[in-house]
Amino acid sequence: MTTLDSRQQATVDAAQVAVQSRGYWATVGVRIRDDKVTVACGVVLALIVLSAIFADLIALADPYKASMIKRLAPIGTDGYPLGADEMGRDMLTRLLYGGRLSLFMGISPIVIALAIGGTLGLVAGFLGGRVNMAIMRVMDVFYAFPSVLLAVAISGALGAGIGNAIVSLTLVFIPPITRVTESVTTQVRSLDYVEAARASGAGNLTIIRVHVLSNVLGPVFIYSTSLISVSIILASGLSFLGLGTEPPEPEWGLMLNTLRQSIYVNPWVAALPGAMIFFTSLTFNLLSDGLRSAMDVRL
Amino acid sequence: MAGRTTGPVLSAEDVTVRFTGRDATVNAVNGVSFTLEAGEVLCILGESGSGKSVTLRALMRLLPARRTQLSGRIEIAGRDVMAMGHRTLADLRGTEVGMIFQEPMVAFDPVYTVGRQIAETIIRHEGTSRGEARRRAIDLLDRVRIPSPERRLRAYPHELSGGMRQRAMIALALCCNPSLLLADEPTTALDATVQIQILLLLRELQRELGMAVIFVTHDVGVAVEIGDRIAVMYGGRFVETGPVREIMHNPRHPYTRGLLSSTVHGSLRGRTLEAIPGSPPDMTRLPPGCAFSPRCQFAEPRCETPPDEFRLTPHHMVRCVRAADG
Amino acid sequence: MTGPGHLPERQEALLAVRELRKYFPVRGGILNRTVGQVQAVDDVNFDVQPGEVLGIVGESGCGKSTTARLIMHLIRADAGRITFDGEPVRPDDTAALREVRRRMQMVFQDSYSSLNPRLPIEDTIMFGPRVHGVSAKAARTRARELFSLVGLDPSQFIRRYPHELSGGQRQRVNIARALALEPRLLILDEAVSALDKSVEAQVLNLLQALRRELGLTYIFISHDLNVVQYMSDRVLVMYLGKVVEIGPTTAIYNRMQHPYTSALLSAMPSMDPDQRTETPPLVGDPPNPIDPPPGCRFHTRCRFAEDMCRHTEPGLEAAAGVQADGSHLVACHMRVAGSGHSLAPD
Repeated sequence: MTTLDSRQQATVDAAQVAVQSRGYWATVGVRIRDDKVTVACGVVLALIVLSAIFADLIALADPYKASMIKRLAPIGTDGYPLGADEMGRDMLTRLLYGGRLSLFMGISPIVIALAIGGTLGLVAGFLGGRVNMAIMRVMDVFYAFPSVLLAVAISGALGAGIGNAIVSLTLVFIPPITRVTESVTTQVRSLDYVEAARASGAGNLTIIRVHVLSNVLGPVFIYSTSLISVSIILASGLSFLGLGTEPPEPEWGLMLNTLRQSIYVNPWVAALPGAMIFFTSLTFNLLSDGLRSAMDVRL
Repeated sequence: MAGRTTGPVLSAEDVTVRFTGRDATVNAVNGVSFTLEAGEVLCILGESGSGKSVTLRALMRLLPARRTQLSGRIEIAGRDVMAMGHRTLADLRGTEVGMIFQEPMVAFDPVYTVGRQIAETIIRHEGTSRGEARRRAIDLLDRVRIPSPERRLRAYPHELSGGMRQRAMIALALCCNPSLLLADEPTTALDATVQIQILLLLRELQRELGMAVIFVTHDVGVAVEIGDRIAVMYGGRFVETGPVREIMHNPRHPYTRGLLSSTVHGSLRGRTLEAIPGSPPDMTRLPPGCAFSPRCQFAEPRCETPPDEFRLTPHHMVRCVRAADG
Repeated sequence: MTGPGHLPERQEALLAVRELRKYFPVRGGILNRTVGQVQAVDDVNFDVQPGEVLGIVGESGCGKSTTARLIMHLIRADAGRITFDGEPVRPDDTAALREVRRRMQMVFQDSYSSLNPRLPIEDTIMFGPRVHGVSAKAARTRARELFSLVGLDPSQFIRRYPHELSGGQRQRVNIARALALEPRLLILDEAVSALDKSVEAQVLNLLQALRRELGLTYIFISHDLNVVQYMSDRVLVMYLGKVVEIGPTTAIYNRMQHPYTSALLSAMPSMDPDQRTETPPLVGDPPNPIDPPPGCRFHTRCRFAEDMCRHTEPGLEAAAGVQADGSHLVACHMRVAGSGHSLAPD
């Protein structure tokens, strides 16, 4: 064949490049493994989540059992390693159980908002034009309010309770997720590989499924993990204000509220739920930062 | 201006640049040495990733300090650039050395008018009065053939067309009569009919002002139009340098030859092009010896150690073991 | 004057483009109202014969890329008819459009952005056939054949991701992707412009070989006149959305008729240090394509421009006495006998 020479030219350097092909996620994995802060955050977070899930196996006491004599026992009291609260309930047990509700109330609004906002943003970004206009202007209305205010207002209108708190937080997080998804989708949509896919006769759904989703999901996922920290704080805030969980359920925000009066008597014990909120939210944030830089793979 | 200093305008010795990234270290420039005489135009010709732009930026220490390792010796007008503090360096960039880039918007601040930026530069470096600076600015715009310069003085950078912006950037670079002009692919983004205008303008200004110029390009045609001397760059090294005629008529490095024969022109119609096989090297893992050897049809065991410079004539250097064989 | 009358709609044309027009609205102000129009493609007519390479040249903003996208129906034309293989293409008929798009494919300039970074390149190549109902197994076999066809060793490359390839290799993948649907017409939109010269030559050789072996027809769009001359049988020159000259490559390069074509050609660097260009063929920048000048669009930069050029738009007509068969057309008053231009032939 006359053209053999020109064909072989490209393969010559295949050996020279000599990379064993490593997929995108494998590269991300290696990068995360090399990032000590992110690994540490992942471990801490996994411990928090696992201990919340298996609270009944770990905890020594009953989270609802009060004891008048042990009220506000200091840290290190026999049988109460982290002290006791204002009703004399074991703090360690309540913190472990409290993680369940706090994490659930922090994470589930983001998951729901990711599903709804992600879909809306994908549709708005991919279709553009009037659809985009309609969806994004509605989102702008929600944007006009600060997120804390919005969550409090919706919760207040719906009434207290876990379900309502989750609904209100979901509504708070749909607009930012929609907006981020929309802007990433708009960028991806104008890239040549989407044009090329269209030129090969593929329909919108196929293009979204194969070409758009895989490129939009990453950045949106990272953004959503960074919102979890905000969500956990907001959920605790709602409970603190009496708009989320109700006593005697253990929940970090609510515990912070009921221990408020005891801050002068036993500040260390009173600060524990706050510290949990702080650390959980911080690790989520650092983890999301780590993911972001690990997933930023170019060439 | 040509007689302002004795000796070369610029001399660089063993300039090496490494970028350290999170996944790998890029060996961008691997020991570049050359001197530039007053009024001489040197074209650095190379493909993407060959290190040509990095070399140019290294001369002015314009690389991000945090992740760059720069070594070697650089002297401009007899002054040691590597030893300079930030103030001295900034001063040098405005007066002794002018710079133009591929994208003129990087040279201009979008919120000020072109005239104001040129005048401010003159005032800052020469301390002239505002009126005098303005007169000089008009004069400069006229010199780079911007029609109705007084009106253009009041224009914002984004209001000018691509070619006009490029001209305005040249005016800005020339405002303090530099003895050395560094040009990084200034015509690459332009259309053919505009590119040739800018090249001719640069050639004319260079002759009138007696400037030395280093012109970085990937386009052989452009290098031939503007250069006195061409340095062909590959894998972060100069692989061949010589006067334009020498390089065009008597190329000795296999890469230079390949580059010239694979540059398409109409007379080759109907024939298969003599392409260089393979791809440009990965700068994070260069071969230990000659960087071109994996693509070279004449590669031999000797190529596994880095080839030394070989001078065919005092002005024609080739970095290839075969050149020494004659 | 202008129009289909001068281009006989020959039966054998693979692609016929008639009176193609696309204006992009320019929006501005707080109310986002249309403040102007970019006349990106304005009344463009041409044919592409089976097996030939038609080169399209012109500077940025002349409408060459828009023309490509209009032919592929990636953007919707404002007016015009496109006939492919004897059948008019109706943009509203989705099924027919799918079929037409299978038979013409496109390779884009940016080899990186035209590959999905998250897909192994094998999947990218399989995508088109899969969409058209080819089984996964058959598509995979086809992908392997295509890899060999474009000079990439399948065993080395198929599972790689775009970022693991060099620019030249990526462009080979893009060519393979376009060929996966067995098209008859390949539109190459600046397909080699972003490549290094040494790699560009490889890809040009590959394109030539593929054309011979597969009997392909190309529309080769580039701003590089050298490359267009090397590749094309016929050349079409565009300026601000209009065709100014079209003809056989040798005629265009040796006996160009339009002042813009000759300016474009003399703006090419000479490659000879002893024959450097001394005077620029044109002064000034190309005018803004928003609301282009009336009459002949080139008159603002043309040194032969006369009064009539500022008012009357020249039609695309057979250049007098150059190519007897009428295959060389030019849109210039100077070349039309009795047009009223002082330099026109009698």
